[in-house]
Amino acid sequence: MDWIPDQTARFIKKYWMFGKDEKILVAVSGGKDSLSLWDILIRLGYQADGLYIGLGIDGGISYSDRSKELCVSFAENRGLKLHTVDIKAEYGRSIEALASEKGRGMQKPCSVCGVVKRHEMNRIAKDLGYDVLATGHNLDDEAATLFGNTLSWNQDLLRRQSPVLAESHGLARKVKPLCRFYEKEMAAYAILRGIDYIYEECPFSVGSTSIYHKEVLNRLENERPGSKLAFYVKFLNAREEGLFSDSIIATDSKPDQVCEVCGQPTTNSGKCAFCKIVGA
Amino acid sequence: MTVTIHFREKTFEVKSGMTLRDSLKKIDILPESILAILNGEMVLEDEILENGQEVKLISVISGG
Repeated sequence: MDWIPDQTARFIKKYWMFGKDEKILVAVSGGKDSLSLWDILIRLGYQADGLYIGLGIDGGISYSDRSKELCVSFAENRGLKLHTVDIKAEYGRSIEALASEKGRGMQKPCSVCGVVKRHEMNRIAKDLGYDVLATGHNLDDEAATLFGNTLSWNQDLLRRQSPVLAESHGLARKVKPLCRFYEKEMAAYAILRGIDYIYEECPFSVGSTSIYHKEVLNRLENERPGSKLAFYVKFLNAREEGLFSDSIIATDSKPDQVCEVCGQPTTNSGKCAFCKIVGA
Repeated sequence: MTVTIHFREKTFEVKSGMTLRDSLKKIDILPESILAILNGEMVLEDEILENGQEVKLISVISGG
């Protein structure tokens, strides 16, 4: 039970994520990874508060309500501070309604959900003065993302995939302390620690490309154990050794403008993607 | 002489005396994608499943 926190501490240092004097905001969803991350950071003695973003997803299983309950009870049982944001209360419509209004995502609100979550996580981390925003992405998440970006040779996303995204251009520093743990290890940790998490998947994730990529990588892992970790770690090593140092690839595509409504960085002139979605 | 395996809404029956890993192979489920629980305890892949046991599988894949 100590191996996961010990290794997490090692990765935090190895990738220069944060120090003991910094304030961390952990984005929690009610799932095994984010709640385990919060548990680990507290066990390691970090100053970590939680952030839950209520997306208003029902899917016939009251998905968002249930996941919020789990985050609230996790925090209450341990005397931790949890910030909550309700998208519908804040912006008048749930994620599903926003996606349907904008006609984005072919009946799935995942792309709108991603934009909204990224915007709100950054807004709250900056507004409340946190030094760093931590998410529970595990090795399977990172390997699946890497696999998808490699299949499409998305140079910009490949270049930006990292355990740490430094603070810049009005964006909070983002870190992924669990990026080298298998998803199965995190599920085992949550169960052994008695962490009550939501077993059900987001109803919209069924049939998603990222889950398909995870399944493909699990087939590979089954026949060639260690493949997932090697794929990801060797990518990180190659990055560090200059894989993206070529001037053409390294053209900086970071946002150099700010949204005229919310002030967050954007690659577009005028409004950012989030403000366009919520109709601000 | 069977072992019952529950996964999501489905129930599978496999012969007893096999390891968890071999039992999962019979029903085409990758061990990387699940955790197996027997009487509230986690089951390791090389554990042999015995007659009458009921194993619950929990999916570990998340995301979207």
